[in-house]
Amino acid sequence: MLSRTADNLFWMSRYMERAESLARLLEVGHRLSIMPASADGTEWASTLAIAGCQDAFDREYETVGAQNVIEFIGIRNDNPYSIPSCLENARSNGRAVRVSLTTAMWQSLNSTWLELHSRRHSAESGAGILDYLDWVKDRSTQFVGATTSTMLRNDAYFFVMMGMLLERADNTARLLDVKYHVLLPDHEDVGGTLDFYQWSALLRAVTANRAYHNLYRGALQPWRIAEMLILRAEVPRSLLSCLVGLTEYLERLSDMYGERKECLRMAKALHADLAYQPAEDVFQRGLHEFLTDFIQRNNRLGRQIQRDYLA
Amino acid sequence: MTKEPFNEMRDGGGAVRDLYRGVQDWLDQTPADVMALKREETELLYRKSGITFAVYGEGGGTERIIPFDVIPRLISAREWELMARGLDQRVKALNMFLCDVYGEQRALDEGIIDPSLVLLNDAYEPQMQGLQVPGGVYTHVAGIDLVRVGPDEFYVLEDNVRTPSGVSYMLENREMVMRLFPDLFRSYAVRPVDHYPEELLSTLVSVAPPAAQGDVTTIVLTPGRYNSAYYEHSFLADEMGVDLVEGQDLFVADNIVYMRTTQGPKRVDVIYRRIDDPYIDPLAFNPRSALGVPGIMTAYRAGNIVLANAVGAGIADDKSVYTYVPDLIRFYLSEEPILNNVPTYRCSEPDDLAYTLDNLKDLVVKEVHGSGGYGMLVGPAATKDEIATYAERLRADPDRFIAQPTLALSTVPTFVESGVAPRHVDLRPFILVGSETKIVPGGLTRVALEEGSLVVNSSQGGGTKDTWVLNE
Repeated sequence: MLSRTADNLFWMSRYMERAESLARLLEVGHRLSIMPASADGTEWASTLAIAGCQDAFDREYETVGAQNVIEFIGIRNDNPYSIPSCLENARSNGRAVRVSLTTAMWQSLNSTWLELHSRRHSAESGAGILDYLDWVKDRSTQFVGATTSTMLRNDAYFFVMMGMLLERADNTARLLDVKYHVLLPDHEDVGGTLDFYQWSALLRAVTANRAYHNLYRGALQPWRIAEMLILRAEVPRSLLSCLVGLTEYLERLSDMYGERKECLRMAKALHADLAYQPAEDVFQRGLHEFLTDFIQRNNRLGRQIQRDYLA
Repeated sequence: MTKEPFNEMRDGGGAVRDLYRGVQDWLDQTPADVMALKREETELLYRKSGITFAVYGEGGGTERIIPFDVIPRLISAREWELMARGLDQRVKALNMFLCDVYGEQRALDEGIIDPSLVLLNDAYEPQMQGLQVPGGVYTHVAGIDLVRVGPDEFYVLEDNVRTPSGVSYMLENREMVMRLFPDLFRSYAVRPVDHYPEELLSTLVSVAPPAAQGDVTTIVLTPGRYNSAYYEHSFLADEMGVDLVEGQDLFVADNIVYMRTTQGPKRVDVIYRRIDDPYIDPLAFNPRSALGVPGIMTAYRAGNIVLANAVGAGIADDKSVYTYVPDLIRFYLSEEPILNNVPTYRCSEPDDLAYTLDNLKDLVVKEVHGSGGYGMLVGPAATKDEIATYAERLRADPDRFIAQPTLALSTVPTFVESGVAPRHVDLRPFILVGSETKIVPGGLTRVALEEGSLVVNSSQGGGTKDTWVLNE
């Protein structure tokens, strides 16, 4: 297939996944900010940090607060880091390769885009924000559903899935990195009420609160949460789970094309490092260092896929 | 020409013609609210599937749908047979003319057409001189715009032999009507159109360059997603099962054109290109074009690829050459034209210019090189000021214009605010030329939605209809 087609497919799903991640992120911010004794501003500053748009935000706004951050990331379409921009980019990448999409996928992308304007509008009125974020998540889920249930399992599909997984791994790693630092108390005061709300909000952001209880059955423990989101292959948003998928699709692509590229080696190396990593090692090395390293390697993997297939 | 327009549905006494009786019954039997619902459904379906076109001059990213009228336009077997013969003849002559212009230039030598009109024309492409294209085919896909003024009176309004668009609407409109009104569709024996993409592909493959090895690799080359006809480009590529590429996806090495794929470079043989000549190769034409492929003209001249339609084909649909087409038919085929031209005044000639200036309020004036209804004057619909402004443009550069009487275009029943009313239409059938000529029975019927309006162009508020060519 055309390299550009593969590139558009890859970015289409990346942007869709990013829109969903941003929606989850804002939802958590919103949840935390209405908690009793919420220290105003910190949740929202970390939200900006995770979304990677602190500087862009500071250029436009004086204060960090619910309204401004929600507007900047959730509503505005002139901010390249926002949900509307991501949905727009997903659609325009999809539109460029309509031929390679199934009707269900295209209609999903296109109706999202058509509805976006009115949805944004009702979200601006304030109370509608949670409905709006739900809608964004629904649309993303619906798109993935349309993709997995209608697309042929060929190279086009592999590129779509790889875009999604690469983006998802990046988001989970960022979320964990930033939130862990904000949330981890100076004193070993784990288990307080506020704490509980915060950790559970973080789990919600990756729809893993039920999964946690299912896997660990007990109070929320920061290190278990980190272990779960990094090393448990059963959790669909964990780093390991994303790498399992990435490796699988790169393998299948290599089989199909009859040629193994550098990106496959990189994915396997990263996969192996996660799969055979004892949780204690992660903590001993320092979670922040571990995650920073992961984010860098994940980015390098993305660039290598780009070089090997998409350019 | 002030006679009453020909009404395709009703005769002079207002009685419904036999052909349209089924449509009339259907209109009588379908309650107004059902019809209204169906029409809303149409708009929704078109939007949902993203069948949109961009309108130039309205700022970037403007996407509109072309209004679709649900009442089909009917053409009897006998009428179609006449049209098809005329189209076949005309396109044959146009191809022979192109072959001649870029070859021996007999028509020019023998004074059939003024050489300066051809050779000094912007649409004439010197780089094509002496190049033999496979099968002698220059216009592989032609869209000939026809208007009807009487029972068996059809005129050719203009020829489109460069990159005619609109065929996707012919196909989508059919899908839509079959889906919305299966009963009406069943009540007529309508000839199918949905094999058009297959016919297009086999036409393209039939003129592959001799250098093509093994399976012929055919692609559609588009300027990209911001082009007004992008939907059509992707639709056709999809239906033919070929790659839709942009200039950046192609490169030329050793006079061979390759596309960049996830498995490395792949050789390309036939390019159905929807990029205009000036943009196709920055090395040969407009150096600032980012849409084209550097070096593609040398590969073309080396015979390693076929471009459809050929570069330089535009000389045959230039509006100043149009007036000579009947003579060209007589010259090349020794036949009388089956389809006539609309009488046309060449403003480059003093007498015609004087007549045109005196009668602007009754004439349609067009730019010779324009297309899509941009920059034209419809005298009867224009204000005094508009006419005065246009007259100045005309005097300043008369060679750029031609004028035609405002034809009484035929009307067909159309849904409008006030109910069903007659509206003016034209018809663009698509003619495919490869090792043989094929015409899918149908075409794009364009309808002027405003009462009395004669401008059917989609960029000027025109709509479309499904066109049913019937079996005996």
